[in-house]
Amino acid sequence: MNFKLSGLLVVLLIAVVSGCSSTGDKQEGHVSIEDKGTTADGGAMTSGAAGSSSFSSYSLDDPNSPLSQRVIYFDYDSAEITLDGQELLVQHAGYLIANPGVHVTLEGSTDERGSREYNIALGDRRALSVQRVLELNGVASGQITVVSYGEEKPAAEGYSDAAWRLNRRVELLY
Amino acid sequence: MNKYYRLMLFVLSLAGGSSHAALTIEITQGIEGATPIAVVPFGWSGNGGPAPENIAAIITADLNRSGRFESLPDRDLIAHPTAGAQVQFQNWRMVKVDDLVIGKVTETADGNFTVQFELYDVFGGKQVAAATYPSSRADLRRVAHHISDVIYEKLTGQRGAFNTQIAYVTTSGTVKNKTYTLLVADSDGYHPQTILTSGQPLMSPSWSPDGRQIAYVSFENKTAEIYIQEVATGSRRKLASFKGINGAPAWSPDGGQLALTLSRDGNPEIYIMDVANAALRRLTNRAAIDTEPVWMPDGRSIVFTSDRGGSAQLYRIPTRGGKAERLTFEGKYNAGADISPDGRKIAMVHGTGGTYRIAVLDLQGGLLRVLTDGPMDESPSFSPNGSMVIYATRAGNREVLSAVSVDGRFRQRLSLQAGNVREPVWSPFGE
Repeated sequence: MNFKLSGLLVVLLIAVVSGCSSTGDKQEGHVSIEDKGTTADGGAMTSGAAGSSSFSSYSLDDPNSPLSQRVIYFDYDSAEITLDGQELLVQHAGYLIANPGVHVTLEGSTDERGSREYNIALGDRRALSVQRVLELNGVASGQITVVSYGEEKPAAEGYSDAAWRLNRRVELLY
Repeated sequence: MNKYYRLMLFVLSLAGGSSHAALTIEITQGIEGATPIAVVPFGWSGNGGPAPENIAAIITADLNRSGRFESLPDRDLIAHPTAGAQVQFQNWRMVKVDDLVIGKVTETADGNFTVQFELYDVFGGKQVAAATYPSSRADLRRVAHHISDVIYEKLTGQRGAFNTQIAYVTTSGTVKNKTYTLLVADSDGYHPQTILTSGQPLMSPSWSPDGRQIAYVSFENKTAEIYIQEVATGSRRKLASFKGINGAPAWSPDGGQLALTLSRDGNPEIYIMDVANAALRRLTNRAAIDTEPVWMPDGRSIVFTSDRGGSAQLYRIPTRGGKAERLTFEGKYNAGADISPDGRKIAMVHGTGGTYRIAVLDLQGGLLRVLTDGPMDESPSFSPNGSMVIYATRAGNREVLSAVSVDGRFRQRLSLQAGNVREPVWSPFGE
């Protein structure tokens, strides 16, 4: 209950932040979001690269860009997006807003436990919650397509927690 | 004898020579009290060559695979009669078999065959059944399965399900480059026929009640779509391709409608579609997951999975619409239902304590019986006579199939030589 509530607050918070950025100066808005990313991330490489270039110059092809991270991971039996996931999605939202002609497909997946069609529904729920965050951050719904593969397209195979963790995910495909 | 039987991994049938995708069946758990029976190799009189099929071996494998019979090993057969007049009942009483099957195959002038069989009650010393079947070479296995059905029904009182098929999905290749194949094979794993191959997932095969068509979900266009395909000709038709989920097709008992899951209105809900004109009616309406519909045999209600109560459980709703009634209460997770042909039992994936097993709920008594030992079993499907449940399971890192008797006492494994196999669905009875 508490966890759910705090997750919701973060969604709203990010929505507010993104709302500010889209009304204010574009550069500034992006920079403030970027700073959030750096603090949470703590990765020297990532923050250095991000700091040296403006947000709008992020390229999908740049392996140092946050946009190179295109997978959101989930807890077991959950469609809630973690803080890290929210921050990553804000970066993607910025890119999609700056490039309204770009289209993204959200592929929702689950681990292999449980029945297959139920997992299709769970994967769909995950992809829809990613869609919701992107839209709350200002992305036009016409830029987003959602598809669930349930447990049918695992990223990792094997009967293990490690494999399952990698499979509970939404992939952003540009 | 029973002990030997139970402990051995008894390889009943080997994969057919030319077919790389054939399933191999092993009995992994036998039962005490199986009826001892002797099936004598059939006589052969042909125009020169060897017998085209070993009919007795097919019947032996069928009967053993049912869990109800235990065939005398070939080396213990004390005589090889091929006609009733040659049978010495006292000899068969000595080796303690209850029943005896004999027969012969004769090649006819036109290159076809005649298969004769006789079934004897050893203790009563009398004939229980006998029949003669004309057959082409291609139909000989089917005739053998039919004889197994006759024997099974005579001796158990229940209709045999040997002359049936199973549909299943196989995968091969790597995570990045996977091939998905939908196949149909005889119930003993022989004669696998590919009906669809795709580089994208295939799932949820469902037989039409006449066994002529299969509905399934294909992602070949990078989105879920439901097709129905004629098994014999391969011709197919796209039935549902709405925005979002198009899943879990299930034929109505009269074959006129499909229940399915669509999320086109924003949330996975159960719909009923008229197969002829694609007219659509929404059955459920909840801000929860509603999916995996299956029809009760009388067509009046539909059982489905929903997490409306907080976790996945089974519910039943009248086909005309109305209030859904919760059916499962034991365990945190109950999903993926299949209903026995007599409508009395529901098989399901039963998740508790991190393991997923196949359980059967008795609808009248309310008793839930766990049939398998997990840890990750799914996709249960009843045989058309209700005696067995086939399901998907794991053997190490491989996906294989298993079948278990509804009392949980007898089990067998069906696996491929290479690759994974999943989502078995037992066909209805043939005509």
